[in-house]
Amino acid sequence: MNVQSSYKRGNVKQELQAGKPDYEKVANSKSFQELLAKRKRFIVPLTIFFMVFYFMLPIFTSYATFLNKPAIGDISWAWLFAFAQFVMTWGISIIYVKKSVQFDKEAEDIIDKQLGGENK
Amino acid sequence: MNATVITLFVAIVIATLVITYYAAKRTQTTGDFYTAGGGLTGWQNGLAIAGDYLSAASFLGIAGAIALYGFDGFFYSIGFLIAYLVVMFLVAEPLRNLGKYTLADMISARFDARKVRGMAAISSITIVIFYMIAQLVGAGALIQLLFHIDYWIAVLIVGVMMTIYVLFGGMTATSWVQIIKAVLLMAGTVVIAVMVMAKFNFNMLAMFSEMRTITSHGENYLKPGLQYTVPLDTISLMLALVLGTAGLPHILMRFFTVKNAKTARSSVVTATWIVGIFYILTIFLGFGAAAFVGEETIVASNPAGNMAAPLLAEALGGNFLMSFVSAVAFATILAVVAGLVLSGASAFAHDIYGQIIRKGKATDREQMLAARYASLGVSIFSIILALFAQTMNVAFLVSLAFCVAASANLPVILYTIYWKRFNTTGAVTAMAFGLLSSLILVSISPNVFSPVDGKAIFVGAPIFPLTNPAIISVPLGFLGGYLGTLLSKEKDVRQFAEVQVKANTGYRE
Repeated sequence: MNVQSSYKRGNVKQELQAGKPDYEKVANSKSFQELLAKRKRFIVPLTIFFMVFYFMLPIFTSYATFLNKPAIGDISWAWLFAFAQFVMTWGISIIYVKKSVQFDKEAEDIIDKQLGGENK
Repeated sequence: MNATVITLFVAIVIATLVITYYAAKRTQTTGDFYTAGGGLTGWQNGLAIAGDYLSAASFLGIAGAIALYGFDGFFYSIGFLIAYLVVMFLVAEPLRNLGKYTLADMISARFDARKVRGMAAISSITIVIFYMIAQLVGAGALIQLLFHIDYWIAVLIVGVMMTIYVLFGGMTATSWVQIIKAVLLMAGTVVIAVMVMAKFNFNMLAMFSEMRTITSHGENYLKPGLQYTVPLDTISLMLALVLGTAGLPHILMRFFTVKNAKTARSSVVTATWIVGIFYILTIFLGFGAAAFVGEETIVASNPAGNMAAPLLAEALGGNFLMSFVSAVAFATILAVVAGLVLSGASAFAHDIYGQIIRKGKATDREQMLAARYASLGVSIFSIILALFAQTMNVAFLVSLAFCVAASANLPVILYTIYWKRFNTTGAVTAMAFGLLSSLILVSISPNVFSPVDGKAIFVGAPIFPLTNPAIISVPLGFLGGYLGTLLSKEKDVRQFAEVQVKANTGYRE
């Protein structure tokens, strides 16, 4: 009931604001839903990955000692893991930029086809 | 104080005033004032973001922490760096697409309620004030050490300079001061790092072997656990560092100074590279200071280790390099506090005055005037607080600011962009839970209560055992938003559709 009434109110409001695009229609369109799903498939796993990778460092150094073993000369695994965080960050940011170019194209396509392409 | 220091110091003051003069001419509208008209390029903004980040706390603090505590000092570098991935992946682009000047603008794109905007403004102002006191007190102490002048004169110099930049030059002046400082700071750091490497014949293995024996900690210097001995505290701190950046008002504000989400993205990427390289180099600064200056000398001039980098510069490059590094440290402080003033002023003048009191009906002239008064107010208020806080141990305020940002701002940002069911009540409770839990937990933590006299503000046993409450307060912020949302029946299907479309496509009406 509540949902319905707020929906109705929304429609009236929408009619009053002539010229405002129908965002719900765009949001529910196939191309937009596809873009959202692709974004999600890209962002969620990578975010989980880098957060886990990051927290592994303080968790291992706090609760275990195996990272204190020497890896190369006097450089221990803890240092190598710390350096790996930097490599990981740069690597992921490169991937992000590459992937975003693809999302940009799809977003522009949606603006052109569904929102009149006035956003130039 | 010697002639070289004075010359470089004056040169920086003059250069920044010239920038402010030209910036003032270009600051005509409110948009110019808050966001430099959105006209910065990705590179410029990336350097400015990196500049905001490479505060005196990073440059002097981390170098000192590594010099004194080895591996544990490096934790900060890692936390600050990974934080950029959180900003890049979850926040930067939607924020640019939805907001105008402030964080509250972005949340209001979905919930146009005064209480939401008011709450967002309050949490931003809280963060800015904490961060600012820490920076100003640190700045005063540092300039006192570097230039041998009284603390109150040092605070006044920094305070007056930051006020001038912001008041006349707005975001344009603040950004350019930040950009120039970032370049100088990187140059200085690279020079010192290369000199340290040269001392070890550019052999990393030799450096680590040497560091294993050279300090009083012996082998333990290179192992984790020298500074952070309570595991949960370490993890809590790391949580605040990695999530806090994405909620810091002066960093978020930087995403409105570019023209679109693409430029916002390229600026985070640029910043990530610069900051990453800088943080790698902090190892050389820290190790170098431990090896060539020595723990005793570092601690003798400042117990927290803040003088490690300037002392190392003196040991390696004599008076000139020391003067250069000191001047850069001075510029660093100026640039960061100016950015803070601006973000505090925007919360007062744009959110509270412009949108809540005047309901968005103030003319551009009135808004501009309000922005300038607010800047002046924030500056004066912080200077007064800093003068009173001289003898207090305020270093924990920086991590408190990160904690509030992570607990009060980040949950509401993420929910607003990504959670369909989220509503006005949830937005208010998320911020209230995050803000209050951080403040309450810190006020009963070992930062405030210590059994040892002089170690904290009050003498007594701390009720809450962790120095950084993020591990409790961040989940509370998320939980607050979740419960508040479910308690209210309100839904905003249509408004969420608009937010989703705008956030994901960058479309603007």
